[in-house]
Amino acid sequence: MTQTTYTGALDLAAGAFLLAAVLIVWRRELRAIVRLLAWQGTALAAIPLIEGVQQRDAALITVGVIVLLLKALALPVLLGRVVGTEVGERRESTPLVNTTASLLITAGLTVLAYAVTRPIIALDPTAATRAVPASFAVILIAIFVMVSRRRALSQAVGFLMLDNGIAATAFLITAGVPLIVELGASLDALFAVLVLGVLTGRMRRAFGDTDLDQLRELRD
Amino acid sequence: MNILLLAPILAPLTAAVLAALMGWRRLSASVTVLAALSVLISGAAIGLRVGDGAQFGVGRLLRADALSVTMLVVIGTVGTLATWASVGYINAELAHGHTDRKGANLYGMLVPVFLAAMALAVLANNIGVMWVAIEATTVATAFLVGHRRTRASLEATWKYVVICSVGIALAFLGTVLLYFASLHAGASSSNALDFDVLLTHAAQLDPAVTRLAAGLLLLGYGAKAGLVPFHTWLADAHSQSPAPVSALMSGVLLSVAFSALLRVKAVVDLALGTGFLRIGLLIVGLLTMLVAASLLVVQTDFKRMLAYSSMENMGLVAVAAAAGTKLAIAALLLHVLAHGIGKALVFLAAGQLQAAHDSTAIDDVTALLARSRLVGTAFAVGLVVLLGLPPFAMFASELSISRALAGAHLEWALAVALLLMVIAFAALVLNGARMLLGPPDESSPPIAVPRSVAGALITGVILSVVLGLTAGPLTHLFHTAATLLGAAE
Repeated sequence: MTQTTYTGALDLAAGAFLLAAVLIVWRRELRAIVRLLAWQGTALAAIPLIEGVQQRDAALITVGVIVLLLKALALPVLLGRVVGTEVGERRESTPLVNTTASLLITAGLTVLAYAVTRPIIALDPTAATRAVPASFAVILIAIFVMVSRRRALSQAVGFLMLDNGIAATAFLITAGVPLIVELGASLDALFAVLVLGVLTGRMRRAFGDTDLDQLRELRD
Repeated sequence: MNILLLAPILAPLTAAVLAALMGWRRLSASVTVLAALSVLISGAAIGLRVGDGAQFGVGRLLRADALSVTMLVVIGTVGTLATWASVGYINAELAHGHTDRKGANLYGMLVPVFLAAMALAVLANNIGVMWVAIEATTVATAFLVGHRRTRASLEATWKYVVICSVGIALAFLGTVLLYFASLHAGASSSNALDFDVLLTHAAQLDPAVTRLAAGLLLLGYGAKAGLVPFHTWLADAHSQSPAPVSALMSGVLLSVAFSALLRVKAVVDLALGTGFLRIGLLIVGLLTMLVAASLLVVQTDFKRMLAYSSMENMGLVAVAAAAGTKLAIAALLLHVLAHGIGKALVFLAAGQLQAAHDSTAIDDVTALLARSRLVGTAFAVGLVVLLGLPPFAMFASELSISRALAGAHLEWALAVALLLMVIAFAALVLNGARMLLGPPDESSPPIAVPRSVAGALITGVILSVVLGLTAGPLTHLFHTAATLLGAAE
């Protein structure tokens, strides 16, 4: 790969990664959101794959393939199953913030991400690091999704997006954390999603629905 | 050294495998108690071996120093009390139909996994592995919080998993940024996250990136330690968990998460000077104390009251860490140990109250001292420990923390902290007196105390008294840990 194609490919992946997050904010239908999450996982896996090809690093390509299997396939399928059982309630209930305002906030968060990541780019101004505002924007958008959506499943989506954003940051600025940490972190994320999956099932049996508005018994 | 360093992790894991194979039996539960005890014993043995330095194991993946030993002692002590009491507690839950065979089996397996994850967290040299272990505690405890499967416990579990996972994810981002800074400071990619390597390269870390990383790590591990702003899971999770799990979470998990922050602080202070994290810890610590004190005043539920008292103590620990002198760090570690044992006592006693009354409302419980000498005394002793009254150890630790704050010219923080402590003190005394004193009522249900719970309560009372009279060799250990963390005189 020439330097120009490499930079272009990396920017494309980071752009697609951020675009998926924006579309998740825009869409309400849970099935579509899960599909978008799979696309975001693909864009995420593309980052270590592109870097691996460029640096001829077999380990990085392997990590990319594992990320692809986990984030683009396993986790969305797992979430999709949970949605599949939610008969007749497959749409996000009225969110706390309406779509237009949400998209404006998303734009604001993206600008904020550029401001926050300036010291990172200043320390190491390579092509990969220059794409880091996109991954930081996804992190901020994910947190916004988690606080503004009320369905349990949307919160799980927000959590996965947050996880994707952090993984993308790690790939962009350091070509991935050491393998043992990467493996441990992926395993933890997988378990956390499994736990959330089991919990949504139990909550549906207990509450009949998993709108978080129902979770108001415990407070001071 | 490898075997000794692996023992605190492998012993509970073995117990977990046994529990998974056999289910909830007297044998598997007893093995878990022995495993917790062996965490304590191997912690002491490691302490004798490491002395003032640090020892490494498994290719520098593990590291033992005075801080790890201190935390192993906390995990082992409270772990032994909690797993011991678990035997009687779970059998009673089974007898009353609050849980089923499957629930008990899961409980028997997850508690030792939880202990192993905490032991790994305090023994990890690589701060990435430390993060993985702390996140693993969230996964291991999720179904422990939701043990009873009621609506309230499901709600608590959901909030716990979501809030802690988000918080701890921020800590991971901070870890990634620290790794990035460490690579650019000249560390090699294979060991750039090792604690000792970070310490040697700390002076070359890029200040701007390190500031970003430190802020994220403070928020992230703060979430797990029950500090503002991600503290909202704490009271829900502690009030819904089975009593021995509440004891473990409150007495150990919070301080294990905080010990991760202490390690981070040692690196960040070298890179940025002590000022940056001092301000962060002061803000977070005092706000946590403020939230805890105000919610303690209006509390009507005794398990939530104990949870907010834990928050108040973690806030104080954060303020002590902000002072950062040797005196402050050593006092903080004593505080953590004394609080762990005291909190285990009150939570285990509270578990028996909840079982007897089938309620956790303060109003439902009166004349505890007259109705059950053992539970009443244990609850009273635990409360007095938590109130920081002499002769118990938290009196000494709070006094030292106050002196350290004054010595670090943080008189204003000391004044605010003392005011909040007085409010919390008054709330605990009023509610405690309401529960403990008064004439026994004919209609109040009898309080059953299974043998294992009685054993744990009596041991806890004895330990609290002994620790109050003398910290013995622990004093030296705490000072060594403070020196290792680079605390100033």
